[in-house]
Amino acid sequence: MKQKKIKFSGDLLTFILVAAVYAVVAYLLYGGSLTRQFSNMIIPISVYIVLAVSLNLVVGLLGELSLGHAGFMSVGLFSGCLLSIALVDVLPMAVRLPLSMVVGGLVAALFGLAVGLPALRLKGDYLAIVTLACGEIIKNIITNLDFTGGALGLNTNPIYSNAKKLLPYAVILVLLTVLVMMNLKRSKQGRAIMAIRDNRIAAESVGIDVTRYKLTVFMLAAFFAGAAGVLYGHFFANVKAATFDYNMSIEILVIVVLGGMGSIPGSIIAAIVLTALPEAMREFADYRMLLYAIVLIIVMLATNNPTMKEFFHRISPAELLRRAKKKKAKSLQKEGA
Amino acid sequence: MTHFIQTLISGLSLGSIYALIALGYTMVYGIAKMLNFAHGDIIMIGAYAGIIAVAQMGLPPLIAVLLSILICALLGVLIEFLAYKPLRQAPPLSVLITAIGVSYFLQNLALILFGSQQKAYPTIVQLGQVTLGSVTIDGITILTLLVTALIMVVLSFFINRTRMGKAMRAVSEDKAAAALMGISVNRTISITFAIGSALAAVASIFYGMSYIYIKPTTGAMPGIKAFTAAVFGGIGSVPGAMLGGILLGLIEQLSKTYISTLWADAIVFGVLVLVLVVKPTGLLGKTMNEKV
Repeated sequence: MKQKKIKFSGDLLTFILVAAVYAVVAYLLYGGSLTRQFSNMIIPISVYIVLAVSLNLVVGLLGELSLGHAGFMSVGLFSGCLLSIALVDVLPMAVRLPLSMVVGGLVAALFGLAVGLPALRLKGDYLAIVTLACGEIIKNIITNLDFTGGALGLNTNPIYSNAKKLLPYAVILVLLTVLVMMNLKRSKQGRAIMAIRDNRIAAESVGIDVTRYKLTVFMLAAFFAGAAGVLYGHFFANVKAATFDYNMSIEILVIVVLGGMGSIPGSIIAAIVLTALPEAMREFADYRMLLYAIVLIIVMLATNNPTMKEFFHRISPAELLRRAKKKKAKSLQKEGA
Repeated sequence: MTHFIQTLISGLSLGSIYALIALGYTMVYGIAKMLNFAHGDIIMIGAYAGIIAVAQMGLPPLIAVLLSILICALLGVLIEFLAYKPLRQAPPLSVLITAIGVSYFLQNLALILFGSQQKAYPTIVQLGQVTLGSVTIDGITILTLLVTALIMVVLSFFINRTRMGKAMRAVSEDKAAAALMGISVNRTISITFAIGSALAAVASIFYGMSYIYIKPTTGAMPGIKAFTAAVFGGIGSVPGAMLGGILLGLIEQLSKTYISTLWADAIVFGVLVLVLVVKPTGLLGKTMNEKV
């Protein structure tokens, strides 16, 4: 009972912290004291936070690997942005953007359902490869259609907007995503999903509807990815489907793994760091992806291999601190004796 | 009709390359029960090894071929030792993420070492064309088909008739029981990785000769498609990988010729999704029951 309470307050703290950070960012942005480089990072970072937190729903909570998250984002982006372009003269931005975000999210969720339905029979490696294949199929289709701009990309100039105008929507989307994920983790549904992750057969035998929960998770994750995509599309004057390929899905996965599977604050921090770092260190751009790869491998080895686990535990700050204290206590004891 | 036959033959040639790669996937999956995502990138490394050996070091083609096979086999064993072996007891999700990490690592290492510019694969053998009636076939296509057929025969013999092959089949069936029978599981897995990667190197030679240009991401697409082929044929089954590879090559080439080049990838992946949904065990795969 006690442990549950601590967990709850941890996530709540995250929520409050995120809101506070956004308040500071908004103050700086509207006060005009942010550099151009920094203000241009706010929207992509927000988008990546939403992507990472929603992918974490699939990877961390459900324990399945989805390699098509960028595909869902792409579907949402194109459908939402097309709607937004069509309505640009009809509706003001305050109505148009949220509406297209919801529509983009719903279309992405529909695709999530379409991918999830056949993929339900599969798990593990097979599911991962099917999501990868679906992501690539989505990319291929959008690139070959005419009304999405084809290989040249969709001209989003009419709906293009800057960071100052988009920030409120980004804040709402991020907070909403965090809120949903937070509540889901603590709810009956969330516990059912985690039960499926830990032992599917056992979960099934106590009457948990595996199919339904898997689909729900897929659709929910796709919805947020799609909505984030719409926001992303409004920030650029041109978007190409080829951008949202398998590599981007992997990038989101790196964020989730680095932040810790299942951890909301972890995903948020990792999204900020991994989106801001490449901007800050442009001269090392070539080494960025290499570093990502090494991080992926080391995190997996460190969390799964007993020897490595022991090693990383020994050099962790908490353990070093504990040891230093112990040593001190021992020397004090000696002095006393 | 001529056009159709020519398409079929180039499909067969592409399919043989897929089959060679798919064999690596299927053998590793059968034994280590993991999807070696980095397998496709080993092809890319093999291709670069060939380019450097011939174009920069000026080695004779045969030595270059052997060198590239050796490098790939060693690389496969090394990857297994460093990244996968420590995770033998880990949950499948972690192993899969590690494999993706390795794949990414190889791609980006190649990007730094060889640059993003594509490099031309050297001509290893000069072969003319064969004309049969109105059909013209490239020498390379024939060589690809012949070598693949030979490798498949040798591999089938190796797996079904030799002691090592027997050990591999035993490990793939039950690791613990195999270990109790005195089989060194770790050594068997290492050898499987070595063979799989060596086959990838052979595939890289034919890929390089047919498609000429190599860049760091070259291996990713054939890798994923070959995995599709392995799944199509039934993962873990060696004849299945051959069948799946050939069929997938034919499907891809036919859709390129008769539907559209732009949609070929979507069709190939569509096949994968369809196979997994309709018959997840593949054409020649065995159904595995889940143990509680």
